[in-house]
Amino acid sequence: MVEQKRIDEATGTSTVGHEWDGIEELNTPLPRWWLWTFYLTIVWALGYVILYPAWPMIDDATKGVLGWSSRGQLEQELAADSKRRAPTVNAIAATDIADLPTKHALMQAAVQGGGAAFRVHCIQCHGAGGAGLKTLYPSLTDDDWLWGGDLAAIEYTVTHGIRNPGHKDTRASLMPAFGRDGILDAAQIGDVVSFVRTLSRQEKASASSARGAVLFDTNCAVCHGARGEGGRQVGAPKLTDAIWLYGGDRDSLAATINQPRNGVMPRWGERLDPVTIKMLATYVYSLGGGEKAPPAPAAKGQGADGQP
Amino acid sequence: MASPEDLAGAPASLYEARKGVYPKAVNGPFRRFKWAIMAVTLAIYYGTPWIRWDRGPYAPDQAVLVDLAHRRFYMFQIEIWPHEFYYVAGLLIMAGIGLFLVTSAVGRAWCGYACPQTVWTDLFQHVDRLIDGDRNAQMRLANGPWTIEKLAKRGAKYAIYLGIAFWTGGAWIMYFADAPTLTHDFWAGQAAPVAYGTVAVLTATTFILGGFMREQVCIYMCPWPRIQTAMMDEKSLLVTYKDWRGEPRGSVKKAAAHPDAFGDCVDCSQCVAVCPTGIDIREGPQIGCITCALCIDACDGVMKQIGRPRGLIDYCTLDDAAIEKAGGQSQPVRKTLMRPRTLIYLGVWSAIGAAMLFSLGQRTRLDLAVQHERSPLYVQLSDGHIRNTYTLKLRNMETRPRRVAVTVSGLAGAALWTEAGSRKAAGQRIEVALAPDSVTRVKLFIAAPAGGPARHEFTIATRGLDGDPRGDAETIQFDRPETAP
Repeated sequence: MVEQKRIDEATGTSTVGHEWDGIEELNTPLPRWWLWTFYLTIVWALGYVILYPAWPMIDDATKGVLGWSSRGQLEQELAADSKRRAPTVNAIAATDIADLPTKHALMQAAVQGGGAAFRVHCIQCHGAGGAGLKTLYPSLTDDDWLWGGDLAAIEYTVTHGIRNPGHKDTRASLMPAFGRDGILDAAQIGDVVSFVRTLSRQEKASASSARGAVLFDTNCAVCHGARGEGGRQVGAPKLTDAIWLYGGDRDSLAATINQPRNGVMPRWGERLDPVTIKMLATYVYSLGGGEKAPPAPAAKGQGADGQP
Repeated sequence: MASPEDLAGAPASLYEARKGVYPKAVNGPFRRFKWAIMAVTLAIYYGTPWIRWDRGPYAPDQAVLVDLAHRRFYMFQIEIWPHEFYYVAGLLIMAGIGLFLVTSAVGRAWCGYACPQTVWTDLFQHVDRLIDGDRNAQMRLANGPWTIEKLAKRGAKYAIYLGIAFWTGGAWIMYFADAPTLTHDFWAGQAAPVAYGTVAVLTATTFILGGFMREQVCIYMCPWPRIQTAMMDEKSLLVTYKDWRGEPRGSVKKAAAHPDAFGDCVDCSQCVAVCPTGIDIREGPQIGCITCALCIDACDGVMKQIGRPRGLIDYCTLDDAAIEKAGGQSQPVRKTLMRPRTLIYLGVWSAIGAAMLFSLGQRTRLDLAVQHERSPLYVQLSDGHIRNTYTLKLRNMETRPRRVAVTVSGLAGAALWTEAGSRKAAGQRIEVALAPDSVTRVKLFIAAPAGGPARHEFTIATRGLDGDPRGDAETIQFDRPETAP
């Protein structure tokens, strides 16, 4: 590169003296206003440094006279958003949960809010979208409910939980460990399994199932019903349908009768506010299995413990 | 080593003070053409938002409206939804190719006549003339001391600048909301903060760019002159000083004294005096020339006065310049305009326009988009059937309420119900009421027998129930467990 400054004939401007393969750079003067614009950016920067956090210190930065911080801005935005949501949340709180489906917009809002809460508190067990986990946690999307699938029943279950020891309002029941505790022997359990599988038409009636029917009548029917129709007062699953939380094959059924899981859910009433629980209930209800509230006379027939 | 100062023979500054431009008033066909274009473009800009267009009770009655809040773009009878933004992309592509077309045919005509920077600069320069007088008076005033008169004139001029700038900024926001309502709200202090902010910013930019920056924008800031250099060829029209005819320059008197010694240029500098960017066209084509052709008007006027033929400065292609220089006859304008390059640009431009018009005529105004719920993909029901969940987005793009039926085909034994319904009442189809000009979301449950492929393609279709049966359909999957449960 040869440094040779000269005057360009065409423009009358001097070159900067750099040349690359015959291409030279003109030293065209910048317009003066461009320089002023540059000074203006410096003034802007000075103002910025004074107004906003700028200079890094050892464990912090200068505060800036406006006192702005990203954390403070987030808090402001959260406060503004909760203020924005307040009328809706209050309206949901003031509405009886059974009436929510008749108020379309409010129900939509409740389902949205419930979905958000569900994704924080519930998906750990029940899975995204309430799909459940086979052999561990029930699906909330199907049309089979252990403790009832109308809005009030779901709200009650979420509030008081399932099998929380020492809490009188909790959903409670205990299936005996028929095998482990020696109530039934292995052959008898096999017979009960045969009978239960005829209830759901997975097996044809046999001598084994006939023996099992007798055992079922004395040991199981009190909770599961004489024909295995289930009992929601005690969370006893229906045995006639295609849905098996812990598996419907022979081995799984035998294992359940031998030593039942008696699944547990926390009582969320202790951790979440009532509106959030109400919204959670509407979300679970909206997943596809929601049931209409039982007719009024049935509601009167609540158990002595106040459970619907 | 010698410093550049030594080489240049004059101290070179890194920065250049702005040279004042005080263009002289001129009259002529190009000036009148510019008047007409200024009137038309400003009328379109300021007036368009006030044109009304009846669309019935469910849509705004503003002919041109970019409704950002509701995500609709209205242009007379055309309504664009956000998912149809490709029409806007198409318009922008047409605008780009249109600029190529214009540039290759008639050079920087956009810069000279239609560019907002040119139009508003022209407008502000007329304000200068109105308040300060013509070129000489303006220069006197600019170089003179700050007297009461100068203060008063500057005050009046900047007030008018500000008025025009404010009107310009104010007109802009009218495209984004109902103009009469917004005008009322604006003055009542009830418009959105962004409206005031936009007007403030555009008032400031108009005031600065039109009142003060002017030709500096074209010379230093605008990328388009640089791009245009690549668009032009030797057949593009340029404003050209015909040096072969004009040189050497000499006054009328000198020419009378020495016939044949001088060219036609009398060195009256009228072409420099009228130039809005302050250049001398006689130095040849240059980036500062926006081809506004005012120097042609000025020169033609002088030539007429002294009885010489017009066109010493004229639109001329580089090819014609070479021919004329050699004494030949220049090509007819028709031939320079109609050449493969411009015809190809024109063809592409028209093809895009025609394709967009065709697709606008063909587009369906009842659109269906289906989303398959993925968590869970399928749900085992207590009777052994499988249920899948879908979210239907039904776009009713007409400005009237509608009723549609949703049906499925290709899925044996399918039962459909929505959140409002129940499986007990499920049937082969559902009916949905659609609000006008909006998207209705429907959560659709479909149950079907478990026997069947794990991935089952079927079709969800909509059909209008109110006279216009045209609808939309989407093929989507129905999922079942991989193995029988």
